[in-house]
Amino acid sequence: MTTNVRNIVEKLQTGIVGFDSIANGGLPKGRTTLVAGTAGSAKTVFAAQFLVRGITDFNEGGVFVTFEETPDDVRRNLLAFGWDISAFEESGKWAFVDVSPNAGDDAVITGDYDLGGLLARIEYAINKVGAKRVSVDSLGAIFGKFQQQVIVRRELLRLAMALKKIGVTSILTAERTVEYGEIARHGIEEFVADNVIILRNALEAEKRRRTMEILKFRGTDHQKGEFPFTIVGENGIVGVPLSMVKLDQKSSMTRIKTGNEQLDQMCDGGFFRDSIVLVSGATGAGKTLMSTEFLAAAQKPERCLLFAYEESRDQLIRNASGWGLNFEEMEEDGRLKILCEYPETLGLEDHLVKMKDVIEEFSPTRIAVDSLSAMERGATTKSFREFVLGLTSYIKSKEIAGLFTSVTPSLMGGTSITEAHISTITDAIVLLRYVEMFGEIGRGVAVLKMRGSAHDKQIREFNIDGEGMHIGKPFRNVTGIMSGNPVYVTQGQSERLGQMFDEDDEGSVIIGR
Amino acid sequence: MDKLLLKLYITGQTTRSETAIANLKQIFQQDLADQYELVVVDVLEKPQLAEDERILATPTLIKELPAPVRRIIGDLSDREQVLLGLDLRPHTDADSEPGDQAQ
Repeated sequence: MTTNVRNIVEKLQTGIVGFDSIANGGLPKGRTTLVAGTAGSAKTVFAAQFLVRGITDFNEGGVFVTFEETPDDVRRNLLAFGWDISAFEESGKWAFVDVSPNAGDDAVITGDYDLGGLLARIEYAINKVGAKRVSVDSLGAIFGKFQQQVIVRRELLRLAMALKKIGVTSILTAERTVEYGEIARHGIEEFVADNVIILRNALEAEKRRRTMEILKFRGTDHQKGEFPFTIVGENGIVGVPLSMVKLDQKSSMTRIKTGNEQLDQMCDGGFFRDSIVLVSGATGAGKTLMSTEFLAAAQKPERCLLFAYEESRDQLIRNASGWGLNFEEMEEDGRLKILCEYPETLGLEDHLVKMKDVIEEFSPTRIAVDSLSAMERGATTKSFREFVLGLTSYIKSKEIAGLFTSVTPSLMGGTSITEAHISTITDAIVLLRYVEMFGEIGRGVAVLKMRGSAHDKQIREFNIDGEGMHIGKPFRNVTGIMSGNPVYVTQGQSERLGQMFDEDDEGSVIIGR
Repeated sequence: MDKLLLKLYITGQTTRSETAIANLKQIFQQDLADQYELVVVDVLEKPQLAEDERILATPTLIKELPAPVRRIIGDLSDREQVLLGLDLRPHTDADSEPGDQAQ
């Protein structure tokens, strides 16, 4: 027995953001992988990006065999991502094998033939640029060129074998007609590829949602299921492997100011520096105020970022000045950045990628999202949950304090769907509630939870004036605020409640139902 | 009269390549001996030529001269198809000289 009887299938890092992690390292090295997808599912971008990243990240040459578009079209289309293919070609790193339709192509066919010419050209190109990566885009087109399916199948198999023999890692793309159904037209997957990746561009809640799925990697492991991705200028395909986010964030004991002295006290000195705080309340309960104060509390030279999905920049600045805070000045100092957008403008994956980019660029220490529940409009439950998970884990990994607001559907209380999804991810939850008492509307604030810290358990009254939020005394003799159904209890009843717990020494207990 | 310039692209010395060459020679021996020049290009040896001519399948026969350029793919086993494909049999005139048709 020799020691190298069987080598484990090695992986080749593609350099496509997010893909390598769901592929547990990359594409099986030295093998061919079929990338199948419907029209517009980004097959060509995937195939091209594989080569581009090879050149820019790993200095590995690439050959692009194009069956559908002319090299000129490919060059022009890829320039949109900032990939200068001509420059790669000049530096001898990229070679085209042009098999695109041509006017002089209509040939008479008599008798048996093979695709020896194509193979020779691909091999030639591989040698010319010392290619380690080959992309063939797309196999389906070759079936249109030749009518003899048997020959084409035989020759494609030969092509796949030849690529494997040369030792390059290659991507073959193929069309699908439906998002869920047969893998590729002409049953290509049955004879050319050990590995199959499916790109989808499915319509979900009236929006396109792109996902990638590794269907099989022969002889090696990968993550299973669909993973969302998006396409952004400059980067091409960006995978969002949300479900793979690891729970390994560091934890900080440093406290930061919440922007409200009394709230600091309620939180035992402030929020933790890398914590995610959820502020829940009905419309007008003071959520935007709390996020405004939170941002304004940043000490120089800290920077803060506000993602606003409900109000415009001008409105927010006006709001802030109404509470005695000067957002405009903070912006001029470069300490604040406000990004206003309608959630509907982009898919959630795109939002996430964009937010990450801005965070990366601006490197803030505080981030507020007002409101997170707005993002839920027009998104499926699954993609929203993945979005929140992706955002929170990213923020935490950067040790940034995040404050998200969430709108409750009813005025008096209850929880929103948003909260159900993210309450376990957040480190602290602050509730803002309307309290109706004797025909008047008051406001109550409570710290529902705060991980790793003691906090005030009382529901306190607060009011808002030209200087912001003022938190006052706890509600006495009122029960049912949390459930949105406040009931006044008499002194005697309240005392009886107090006696229900032996160790209670505060005299007054407020119990939610 | 212009001589035919034919280029035959093949992949190595395979049976299929040899069949194509033999078929071609047979066709021209019958009708057009001495009226053509044949260049055989092995794409394994000269891949750049295959690239320039955008050769996909082999064997591919290209009639370069006289214009227009014509392509025939396959082992050339169908004589009639080959002649038709090379514009050497456009009409059914019994007295036509094949070489004249290529003007």
